[in-house]
Amino acid sequence: MSSLNQTIQDVFNEPGCGKNQGKSEKERKKGCTKQLQPGGAAGGCAFDGAKIALQPITDVAHLVHGPIACEGNSWDNRGAASSGPQLYRTGFTTDINETDIVFGGEKHLFKAIREIIAKYDPPAVFVYQTCVPAMIGDDINAVCKAAAEKFGKPVVPINSPGFVGPKNLGNKLAGEALLEHVIGTREPEFTTPYDINIIGEYNLAGELWQIKPLLDELGIRILSCISGDARYEEVAWSHRARAAMMVCSKAMINVARKMEERYGIPFFEGSFYGIGDMSDSLREIARLLIERGADPELMERTEAVITREEARAWERIAPYAQRLAGKKVLLITGGVKSWSVVAALQEAGMEIVGTSVKKSTREDKEKIKELMGQDAHMFDDLTPREMYRMLKTAEADIMLSGGRSQFIALKAGMPWLDINQERHYAYAGYHGMVELVREIDRTISNRVWEQVRKPPPWEEEGAANWQSRAMASLEAEAEELAAARLADPALAEANRRAQAVCMCKGVSTGAVEDAVIGGADTRGAVSAQTGASTGCGACGVLVDQIIEDLSPLLQAAE
Amino acid sequence: MAQLAKNAKACTVNPLKMSQPIGGALAFMGMRGAMPLLHGSQGCTSFGLVLFVRHFREAIPLQTTAMSEVATVLGGFDNVEQAIVNIANRTRPEIIGICSTGVTETKGDDVDGYLKLVREKHPELDHIALVYVSTPDFKDAFQDGWAKAVTALVNALVEPPLPHSQPDSRRINVLPGCHLTPGDIDELRDLFEAFGLEPTFLPDLSGSLDGHIPEDFTPTTIGGTGCEEARAMGSAAWTIAIGEQMRPAAEALEVKAGVPFRLFDRLTGLEANDALIRFLAEISHHPVPRKIRRQRGQLVDAMLDGHFHIGGRRIAIGAEPDLLFAMASFLHEMGAEICAAVTTTHSPLLAQLPGEEVIISDLEDLEVRAQDADLLITHSHGRQAAERLHIPLFRMGLPMFDTLGAGHLVSVGYRGSRDLIFAIGNLLMAQGHAPTPESWREFPSTLSNPPIKELVS
Repeated sequence: MSSLNQTIQDVFNEPGCGKNQGKSEKERKKGCTKQLQPGGAAGGCAFDGAKIALQPITDVAHLVHGPIACEGNSWDNRGAASSGPQLYRTGFTTDINETDIVFGGEKHLFKAIREIIAKYDPPAVFVYQTCVPAMIGDDINAVCKAAAEKFGKPVVPINSPGFVGPKNLGNKLAGEALLEHVIGTREPEFTTPYDINIIGEYNLAGELWQIKPLLDELGIRILSCISGDARYEEVAWSHRARAAMMVCSKAMINVARKMEERYGIPFFEGSFYGIGDMSDSLREIARLLIERGADPELMERTEAVITREEARAWERIAPYAQRLAGKKVLLITGGVKSWSVVAALQEAGMEIVGTSVKKSTREDKEKIKELMGQDAHMFDDLTPREMYRMLKTAEADIMLSGGRSQFIALKAGMPWLDINQERHYAYAGYHGMVELVREIDRTISNRVWEQVRKPPPWEEEGAANWQSRAMASLEAEAEELAAARLADPALAEANRRAQAVCMCKGVSTGAVEDAVIGGADTRGAVSAQTGASTGCGACGVLVDQIIEDLSPLLQAAE
Repeated sequence: MAQLAKNAKACTVNPLKMSQPIGGALAFMGMRGAMPLLHGSQGCTSFGLVLFVRHFREAIPLQTTAMSEVATVLGGFDNVEQAIVNIANRTRPEIIGICSTGVTETKGDDVDGYLKLVREKHPELDHIALVYVSTPDFKDAFQDGWAKAVTALVNALVEPPLPHSQPDSRRINVLPGCHLTPGDIDELRDLFEAFGLEPTFLPDLSGSLDGHIPEDFTPTTIGGTGCEEARAMGSAAWTIAIGEQMRPAAEALEVKAGVPFRLFDRLTGLEANDALIRFLAEISHHPVPRKIRRQRGQLVDAMLDGHFHIGGRRIAIGAEPDLLFAMASFLHEMGAEICAAVTTTHSPLLAQLPGEEVIISDLEDLEVRAQDADLLITHSHGRQAAERLHIPLFRMGLPMFDTLGAGHLVSVGYRGSRDLIFAIGNLLMAQGHAPTPESWREFPSTLSNPPIKELVS
């Protein structure tokens, strides 16, 4: 486990991440992940994150070393598309049993690798470590090494057992495995000055194919996509690219940054979501390639394609944009793509009434604020009940979220659209933006909403339904609180002050307020005094809010 | 009849099996106001949550103790306590059902002991039932987790009847196996009520996961059997258990409250339902209602119409033991040949399966054995195999993530059996191969190259 701990520390030390560099040595050791709350958490684990990041490599056998839960409950459940091999959709697991727990699972794992190679002959086997074999001390690095030597094939250990942290960390640990064992181990047949890597793109619903035709047209070759629709050898020779684009926020920043360090491949962080972002990304790709020696005329051709595509996209969006202008969108995305989606929706004339930021990094959050102005609500860890209240009080016309929270909207008779991993539609590039707008329109304008909101025949028109009862009960609770405040102001105030602002460090509202009243009038000052917002940073906006709320009071005092 | 073949593989390929803890969690979801809680790392819960959401297309209450690496090593008392307190505050449940996982079982967390401590420290939580079941991932399968959770519910909740009290002859307990859908439960409730009986289902997914619009907004389950109803099960006259997996729960109920039980190993097919109806008429002293007599006639007719398409066909089935037994037996009675049977865990029923062999294994083994099958029956993960085999897939079991109405697929009762014949018969009927001039040619024609050409002048 010590090497795994080192890797995790190394990931936490990421110099490409400004946020980490702003921390003290001690804080950094604690890691960049929010402490999970028992009974209040809902996300995936580090193993899940590693699998998401690597499974899109289509010709590899992905073998999960663990009990049946890790693979049996989850295999073939993502929409990463392949243009060829289907082996990545085959579920392989050692399905370890009690005997393995007692005697160790290493031999079992070795045999499983042998069987896979004998039956399926893949170019490589990826072995994923999970919690239980990590606990009993199975050394998958040693098993993979022995198997690789014995069978003359790459067998790559992915050390990312679930309990080391959340999905986001798993993405990075997967990247570390590629850097250590895969990247730089093969050579492409030839290279061109127009070779790029795309890092952090998983080709969900075939989104890479909404981008690739334009790159093809410009003569830009995707030498390697990590990892959407990738083949093993492509990833292995990705170190020969001239430039790289890092998609999807910070999920694989370590791969991009270390490839720059080791192989001198410059990268930029971009997005394929939204017309503006798509154009910026094409320009940036061209710029980096020209910087690395491609013919400068590439930029002219790129601009020509951008002009043509933007015009075509706007033309196709126009009929919808008229109908959607002013429609309010409640955006609850568990993913790291919040800000990219915000930009895209604003292009279609819609208004964003909120977005969740649970898994987004702080920089994501800053970008969201920049894009939406200060008015937008950002929700951290909303309970379903609160989410429902938002839907009602924000008077949203549609909710966009991941699959899990869809039923809050649907049961309330509200239009809803899936924008997370499990979605079936591709929303990238110019085509994708048009597709997203079309889907939103198809959803909002469906006649079914009128039907499902009708009361049953045994109830009077306008009679209380469960939705109105739920709202009434929320109001009743608020009144109860107010009454409690009247009855026992001291207790109510104590309760209010005891509510946590910062979940990571357990800092209460009262503690933050006291610090602000005591003179700490910036987020930094409050953090330094109370420790609030020094964990995951998600509560920074709440601290800002408290400072803002109290500032008239302070000014009056002066 | 069927021999249990040995699975000698080290690598499970395309798993058929799912893990115990989420089977246990699903059982808890059949309780009203429930919040199932997996004691493990948060991924254990996340995978189960996504799986159930995609199958039922419903919001799924499921929480985690979010064990980190450090907490795992030190022991999980703090996490269990915090999780219970947080769930109590955030969701106000009637019952929290706790399942252990591979991680916490490997460490050896004494959750029963933890719960005693939690009870001592938190008298304010006395009104919430806390039910724990040990379900390590590295043992047994989904069906076992469900069965163990129901047994745990019986042991924790059911109260023995008062001394000298008479059982209520109208009331029956029903212990359904995990292979029954919410639609199956609804069908059975109709049947029992037609005989004037008042059934209590433990658990009752038809109230919580049948996809209705709830009366109120709640983060816990939106229906199901209440703890009060479960406590009163001791005063019922009979217990009906459905599926061999429910035998331990039925026995526990008998030991605890003296309620006799009758176990039906399946309720799919004519004979199986005749046995049930005979039993219901007997215990209710109620003549068989006209509606049900007509349904029997319809099933017999459907069997006659369906046998043309199902008889003699080779069918490969991958399912958990009780579902496998119900389907294989019924299709065997319809004249089909069970050419491959793969299951997930041990059961005394396996020896009684029609067909030559059954193996505890995966969908790779099912695919290999289904090379000349006409139809594949398994959960949605069979889709890749069916595509490669060029045969239709009839989806049954959990998960069914690529189809609507998974919760309403009914396969019990005369009516459910009848509709099952239609659905499977239709799939097979659509497979009919139209004959071509080449269909029966065995030797090359010499006409295209005639030895002697005669000119027609």
